[in-house]
Amino acid sequence: MNSASSKPAPLGFRSRGFDFASFAFTGITGLATLFILLILGIILANIAWHGWGTFSWRFLTGSADQDMFDVNKAGVLPMLIGTTLRVMLMTLFVVPIGVITAVYLTEYANSTALTTRIIRGAVNNLAGVPSIVFGLFGLGFFISFIGGALDAGATEPHWGKPAILWASLTLAVMTLPLVIVATEESLRAITPGLREASLALGATKLETILKIVLPEALPGILTGGILAVGRAGGEVAPILFTGAAYYMRDLPKGPTDQFMDLGYHVFILSTQSPDIEKTRPILFATVLALLLLTLSLNLVAVIVRARVRKKMRAGH
Amino acid sequence: MGIHRGHKARPVEWLAEKFIFLVSLTAILMVFLIFVFVAREALPLALGQMNSAAARPAISMEEFAKLKPAEQQLYLELTPAEFKRMDKEALDSLAEVRLEEAKEAPKDKDATVNTTEWRYLLGEHQWSDSSPLDRYVWQPIGRIHKYNLVPLIIGSLKTTLVALLFSVPLALAAAIYVSQLAPPTLKEWLKPAIEMLSAVPSVVLGFFGLIILASFLQGVFGYQSRLNAFVAGIALGLAVIPVVFSIAEDALTSVPRSYTQAALALGASKWQAAWQIVLPAAAPGVFAAVVLGFGRAIGETMVVLMASGNASIISMSLFDSTRSITATIAAELAEAVFGGHHYRILFLIGALLFIVTFLTNLAGDLIMHRLKDRLEGKAK
Repeated sequence: MNSASSKPAPLGFRSRGFDFASFAFTGITGLATLFILLILGIILANIAWHGWGTFSWRFLTGSADQDMFDVNKAGVLPMLIGTTLRVMLMTLFVVPIGVITAVYLTEYANSTALTTRIIRGAVNNLAGVPSIVFGLFGLGFFISFIGGALDAGATEPHWGKPAILWASLTLAVMTLPLVIVATEESLRAITPGLREASLALGATKLETILKIVLPEALPGILTGGILAVGRAGGEVAPILFTGAAYYMRDLPKGPTDQFMDLGYHVFILSTQSPDIEKTRPILFATVLALLLLTLSLNLVAVIVRARVRKKMRAGH
Repeated sequence: MGIHRGHKARPVEWLAEKFIFLVSLTAILMVFLIFVFVAREALPLALGQMNSAAARPAISMEEFAKLKPAEQQLYLELTPAEFKRMDKEALDSLAEVRLEEAKEAPKDKDATVNTTEWRYLLGEHQWSDSSPLDRYVWQPIGRIHKYNLVPLIIGSLKTTLVALLFSVPLALAAAIYVSQLAPPTLKEWLKPAIEMLSAVPSVVLGFFGLIILASFLQGVFGYQSRLNAFVAGIALGLAVIPVVFSIAEDALTSVPRSYTQAALALGASKWQAAWQIVLPAAAPGVFAAVVLGFGRAIGETMVVLMASGNASIISMSLFDSTRSITATIAAELAEAVFGGHHYRILFLIGALLFIVTFLTNLAGDLIMHRLKDRLEGKAK
């Protein structure tokens, strides 16, 4: 009668009714995941909640002429324009160089050669250089070395001073790995059959790359560009000494002018405000503007990238 | 990609290939230039050619006239280009100014000390005008320029330690969950969502730490100074989480499915397979994730600049205001005299920072590379 209960539990999967260890392990790791997302959510919600009240069309299109610490008058248009200009100028430098490097790495390079490995190592290393070191580099190389050389003989420094051109170039160096990696990924997603078909029809290798491979890889190149813009748009440390200005009455008119910047303005408002309680609404609204800019760019990049990956899975 | 140029390639093709190759060397060139140009600004100081003493030793005009041109240049601390531009009169007047300065200099035992020597940068010293408790002092502005790097290094390590203790367990647990346990449909969403954290600019994380987190944590723990290494470390951890998560997740995912399937077939549960099979197999990758997370944390600037309180004091307590290497560069470079000793010392710590992150990146990169080779069965 009670022989059934004295029998050892049968071995095999799904034997035990409730596996506590499994539950605990999944629970802890799942909670950690949830906690990270929760923090992200709290940051975003908090900024959106407090920033929304001041975030208006007038705020976005207002200038900082009157008083940048006055809640009713302050606007962020000069900073928006400054940030936009510097990232646009940056893409002019970083996208061509990044794409060409990626083309070399996927289409020409012998993947086991020493040069290739060194290029890859350099790309990875560049991605890990602290942003403040890029700032020092911009000052030491672009401003004092190149700018100084261009100014040789002049009494007033024209090139050898902080400027939007130098800030953009510094950021271009910083975001180079992002563009290379994204482009490379999309170049690898293209089936070799497409290249072979083109070559079989008599096209040369260069023609194949220009007319077949690059147009196919366009979404990936776009992703890289957008990621670079999103990353550079929010960076402050590299432009601290290379071009950002605390306050400027005029917008930058040429490549040698300084500029006001959205991220730098967040820094100014949070640390140098005469009355932090009073300027709080402008601060939150400025942060909201910056976040909307960088997050929306990243969201677009994530979506484009997901499409590229889906295509890659379908292709292979 | 397996397709090679035929032997009858046209010259345009040949030129294009060479051009593409040359452009692709940009990344190498840039890493090289970054090091060279940051180190170049720091070099005179590292070689001991700078003198930051409040009262510099001066020699009389007769002695000055006897010096060779190269010695004169060194004595007046001029660059060769500057020296060439000056005529004898200008040099003499500089030497005279130097002599005047020496006469009016403060009579103080530390006034003649060249504070940029390595033993003052790293060793302890009892300064005449600071309290006996402060033997390691960073105080660039003042009569005597004190450039001790120890408080900055401790500050950087303290915030980095808090950041890693906070972020690594969270990021690793999340990486295990997302790569091993989560249902595939959920995984598609979780990965980009967590990586969105890396899209939040560091100045926004700094703002969050300074304005919101600082008050919240002070309310919970009730410590004295609102901004301290702990607050900065937690905010910094938010910047480190996506780095550690991405790399650890990548390493865990690259463990072949067959490992897990074999374990499940032998009766292990999903968590046992993840914990006892996949995690040990991916252990080097997890280590690489922590190493690269360290590199990210020690190099982060804006978060620490805004949330750490920026007091360069030596203290082992996490709840004291602290100042890191990166924040010091960001805060002080704009005010340092171009080419002066303060300016050069900031470049020197920048170069040190570059070397540290270069080594951590290299190590992390090599470990990941080896791991993938091994898991793909390429290792010998």
